[in-house]
Amino acid sequence: MPDIDSILQKYPFVQTDNLIPILQEIQENLGFISKEALIKVGSHLQMPTSKIYGLATFYNQFRFEPKGKHHISICNGTSCHIHSNAIIIKELYKKLGIKSGEVTKNGLFSIEETECLSGCGKGPVMAVNDKYFTSMTVEKVHEIVNFYMQIENS
Amino acid sequence: MIFDKNIQPTKEFIINDILLNESNTYSKEVAEKLTYIKRDKVDFPVIAVSQNSSSIISGTKNLTLFIENYLKEREIKAKVIEVGCIGICSLETFVSIQLPGKTRLLYKNVGEDNIIAILDGNFNNYIAEENVFGQFRNKMHEPYENTPYIDEIAYFSSQQRIILKNCGIIDPNSIYEYIAYGGYKSLVKVLKHCTHEDVCTIIDESKLRGRGGEGFYTGKKWRIALQTPADQKYLICNAGESDPGAFMERLLIESDPHKVVEGIAISAYAIGARKAYIYIEWEYDLAIQRITNAIQQAKEFGLLGHDILNSGYSLDIIVKKGAGAYVCGEETALIASIEGKRGRPHSKPPYPATKGLFGQPTVVNNVETIVNVPAIIDKGAQWFTSIGTAESKGTKVFSISGKIQYAGLVEVEMGTKLRDIIFRIAGGVPNNRKFKAVHIGGPSGGSLTEDHIDTLVDFDSIMLTGASLGSAGMVVLDEDNCIIDTVKYFMNFLQKESCGVCIPCREGTRRMYEILENISKRPKDDVGYTTLQRFKGVMQLESLAEVIKDTSMCGLGKKAANPVLTTLKWFRDEYEEHIFDRNCSAGVCQELRTFEISVDACTGCTLCAKKCPTNAIFGTPKYAHFIVQDKCIGCGVCYETCKFSAIISK
Amino acid sequence: MVNIEVNNQQIQAKEGETILDTLNRNGIKVPTLCRMEGFSPTGACRLCVVEIEGKPGLIPSCSFHVEESLKIKTHSPRVIRSRKMLVELLLSNHPDDCLYCVRNGNCELQDLAVELNIRERRISGNKSKANLDQSSPGIVHDPAKCVLCGRCVRVCEEIQSVSTFDFIKRGNKTAIATTMNKDLNFSNCVHCGQCIMVCPTGALHEKINFDVLLEMLNKKDSKVIVQYSPTIAISVAEDLGIRSGKDISGLINAALRKIGFFKVFDTTFGSDLLIYEQSAELLDRIKYDNGLPLISSCCPGWIKYMEQSHFDLMENVSTCKSAQQMMGTLIKGYFAQEEKISPEKIFSVSIMPCTAKKFEAQREEMTHKGISDIDLVLTSRELVKLINLCGIDVQQLQEEMADNPFNTRSSAGKLVSVSGGMAEAIIRTTHFLYSKKEMPEYKITKLRGTKERREMNIQIGDLNLGIAVVSGLKNAKNLLEEIRNGRKDLHYIEIMACPGGCINGGGQPFCSDEKVMKGRAKAVYDLDEKDGLKVAHKNPAIIRLYEKFLEEPLSVKANSLLHTRYSERDVLL
Repeated sequence: MPDIDSILQKYPFVQTDNLIPILQEIQENLGFISKEALIKVGSHLQMPTSKIYGLATFYNQFRFEPKGKHHISICNGTSCHIHSNAIIIKELYKKLGIKSGEVTKNGLFSIEETECLSGCGKGPVMAVNDKYFTSMTVEKVHEIVNFYMQIENS
Repeated sequence: MIFDKNIQPTKEFIINDILLNESNTYSKEVAEKLTYIKRDKVDFPVIAVSQNSSSIISGTKNLTLFIENYLKEREIKAKVIEVGCIGICSLETFVSIQLPGKTRLLYKNVGEDNIIAILDGNFNNYIAEENVFGQFRNKMHEPYENTPYIDEIAYFSSQQRIILKNCGIIDPNSIYEYIAYGGYKSLVKVLKHCTHEDVCTIIDESKLRGRGGEGFYTGKKWRIALQTPADQKYLICNAGESDPGAFMERLLIESDPHKVVEGIAISAYAIGARKAYIYIEWEYDLAIQRITNAIQQAKEFGLLGHDILNSGYSLDIIVKKGAGAYVCGEETALIASIEGKRGRPHSKPPYPATKGLFGQPTVVNNVETIVNVPAIIDKGAQWFTSIGTAESKGTKVFSISGKIQYAGLVEVEMGTKLRDIIFRIAGGVPNNRKFKAVHIGGPSGGSLTEDHIDTLVDFDSIMLTGASLGSAGMVVLDEDNCIIDTVKYFMNFLQKESCGVCIPCREGTRRMYEILENISKRPKDDVGYTTLQRFKGVMQLESLAEVIKDTSMCGLGKKAANPVLTTLKWFRDEYEEHIFDRNCSAGVCQELRTFEISVDACTGCTLCAKKCPTNAIFGTPKYAHFIVQDKCIGCGVCYETCKFSAIISK
Repeated sequence: MVNIEVNNQQIQAKEGETILDTLNRNGIKVPTLCRMEGFSPTGACRLCVVEIEGKPGLIPSCSFHVEESLKIKTHSPRVIRSRKMLVELLLSNHPDDCLYCVRNGNCELQDLAVELNIRERRISGNKSKANLDQSSPGIVHDPAKCVLCGRCVRVCEEIQSVSTFDFIKRGNKTAIATTMNKDLNFSNCVHCGQCIMVCPTGALHEKINFDVLLEMLNKKDSKVIVQYSPTIAISVAEDLGIRSGKDISGLINAALRKIGFFKVFDTTFGSDLLIYEQSAELLDRIKYDNGLPLISSCCPGWIKYMEQSHFDLMENVSTCKSAQQMMGTLIKGYFAQEEKISPEKIFSVSIMPCTAKKFEAQREEMTHKGISDIDLVLTSRELVKLINLCGIDVQQLQEEMADNPFNTRSSAGKLVSVSGGMAEAIIRTTHFLYSKKEMPEYKITKLRGTKERREMNIQIGDLNLGIAVVSGLKNAKNLLEEIRNGRKDLHYIEIMACPGGCINGGGQPFCSDEKVMKGRAKAVYDLDEKDGLKVAHKNPAIIRLYEKFLEEPLSVKANSLLHTRYSERDVLL
């Protein structure tokens, strides 16, 4: 896995338009933007870290702590909302005791509400890591989360 | 992708014999090869698997591999290819099977569970009835009996497909197929026969209007950029579709990426840009992968890069991954984002066409706008103006979803009635529910009622109703949906997505959301402050919306009040119901619910009384309980706890 | 000239200026919140919107340029309604604690509410739950009161080049914060306080330490000694109801004594001492051709900035402590010894135009045997509050002298209030120390004025001194970059963090007008013009101090008491 330095080497020029691609690459490889990454990117692009942090927090993509082992994305697109996903989101929060953007204390689960996952025909849609679940119901939330909890317990 | 071992078209063949042949008549040998590339003739079965983000969600990411293994195990000689989305997302995954000599037969709702049966059947002349969708019409093929042609199916028969023409039909990974289906001819035509000025003139004459929102005339915008002297000019193709209910650009790029590339190349040429960007959300990995691949292939074929086809014109297309922000759909915010800044809009003027990316003239066009360009160049401005209404020419693609039979992509001629789109094409509201509203244009759009169902779909007619074509997301609501809840959803979205710079948008959307939230829950008591706040807020809602519209900096803010304003206009009774009657007849606003205990069903188990957070439930054990309404806050805990369904929600 | 119509009257506008500029020139006031003099407009607050015929929506006058025959309405009902609603939106979730707010009475948001006649809360919003950040020794950040105008962000970036703050997140979560949303004391904030000066509300303000002071003043057998910066006597007059542009040291001495301070010293004496020491240091460095150019060290904002961002130039920075700290060591050392008071009994207070001084006073380098040389720093604004709190009517006071043994001062010591003044004073003394002759003309016009960088060469005998003066850390950064790239012609550089020097310090009374700033500078130079004692080295009290205690400049004793060294600081840059 490439480290921060080798990612920075790919962008030799001090150009601010490289900033977002660099941060994206760091996040793709390391999962999140660490404090160390902020400092390194800052000195590479000769930018204050406050600017980088300000920029990164503006966009949905960047996170500053690692995801849970099982990262649950739950679609909050219009169509899913119309199909009463609010109940499902509420149930999921209750089940895991965390909210969107948070990670459980044991680091196993994290939830993120996302804009449309392009499953508008089959909402509500939820995904755990790369696996998608369509036409979600409250029961399915329990089933799916229990399934992953069991994997961890065994 | 090539279906006969004797016919191996090379890059040179594709370029010299097809692409650069301007006569449109081919020698017999070339024509023969072409039929094979286009799969009009195949020598062994071809299985086309729909692979796009919509089908992947249906759980068929590995379906291609699965089918290949099936063929290998049974030693069947067949070819498996991937295609994009044909349009109906709710019936994904589609798989088509084309046997030599027979028509291409399309199956719906395919998954790993039923694909084996379908394939087994098809190879043995048995067609799985419940999965078959239709067959593609082709004169060279022998049709199946009792199977409808796809162009006869209501979903497709009322559509006019210019932009989506190739979607779901050709292999998005193959430049050969795209060229064989007539692709890149417009680019060649432009480079060989037109000046920059000519292209602008053709587009100007075609009256093409930007599909992104404002409906500005594309030709005019281009000409401003072309005429502004500068060392470097940029074209930005905006595919940063972040409307939470629209998925059209994503599917279009996944299904026909070369068309986007060709459109960008022609548009960039028109304004004299040597560098173009395509801005796609980072989450759209498949779209990014396919467009990157398409750009790479086009480069290999000499259709991009340095000195394209010896015309002296050079162009680079750079894929920029957006990091996720709705406001970056606004062109000045998009430019800021590409420059590596917070995606905040800037006051116009100066307009990007004179001073945009890195201070240079920049044209920002939406994907759909750009995809129209090759067709206009190919068939001429006159052809394009013959389609659509007086001021809105051409077609419009919608992504329709919500409470609708067939969710998916729909392309109709401008001026088609809403009714036709919703009821004829998309099959209306399912499960015998009643149509309530259609929301057009995403968070900046508006909701229309049944009274507007005969509105024509074009820029100006839609604008008159207070909605906007905007992102072309169309969401259908039925009687189980609450308008207040939907508007609240959009306001919540906007308060999160506002860039946060200007006061009206940042504070206004937040306040509107809070006001809506207040009216969708019962006040804690009737005497206190909350009731007063509830009313005061509603009284200000309309004037607040007007001020936000009047003073906001960019399009997001100016349109942020649209959902509120349109619904206040068309669904006033529902607001009044929430405010005065404290009732949500759709039953969505849960905090407005009232509960009663059915005397007959209650066993007096006391469970509800124990759980009630406000001690509003009284009763003796083993006897029916009752709820004191004045104390009840409508949380619904009793409703969820009762094991005997004795609690009735109203 | 462009002809436009404003409120049905013809007005001539200058080509290329914004509508707002035209309106202001023609006596029409349009409210603004995010606008800053001398900065490009952001168009964020939307309060300056006007109605232009033929344009949909309202147009922000700050960023829209005049065009021929525009028809503008600046105060139509539609415009006023919109402005009013915008301010109401800001107020809807504002903490309603104006009466307890540090900016009560001089808050721009308050003024707007008055101006737009807001008399009722029509919209109420959920209050923000942001945390009050009191971690910094000098600056308090209260996000709940922030209106997100972005002025602090711009000043910190565009003037100071420090960029402690930036906007973070977006939409309803937008906030002003430091990197990783850490508290200010972890950040690269240099405590210059320029952000406070531009903040329209109480979202940024200095840390107020009255309670400790009042307690100490009333504590038995504690000796509360105060010193005050040369700048104070010039800048606080207005806020005390006295005609501005005059040195009111005499009145301040009297007022401070009335408040109950045991001794009142004028830090101008410390400035004289600093000038003397630093001139000697400059000549010493020239003699050994070592560590040139010498960079001034009296500004604590600059020192922190140097420690975190320019530590490679540490060797060039003068080892002299600031005037405040020199006074501090003398008070608890020399003075305590003379008066036979135990240093622990002394509570040493200083009044400075600066929030960074609060930070400087608690630095480790500024302690002696574990005791801080300065115990408490107040800003000029706090002084005004203190005088009012203690019920002192300055108008009725008679001028008094500062206390012995530091009661005389030169006007050179006063000059340090203005950017360029320190350099001017240093040249005067260096001239004497090098050539043993006084300068024929003390006034050095080339170092005065408002240009962002002033440079000059001066011939002293066979010595050609190159001098540069900058204020504002961005200008400093640019100059240092030149030094790093091998520029060799300079011998002395004066750096002040605040643009214009201490007269515009982060602790000074608020003034939005550039004229006030020019007035303050003029007052300093006028005083120098009239004063009889124009050089530090002739200050009799200074001469006496060397004779009795310090021996000579740069002596071992002077070195141990008046000089210090700094170490690299690790902050999130």
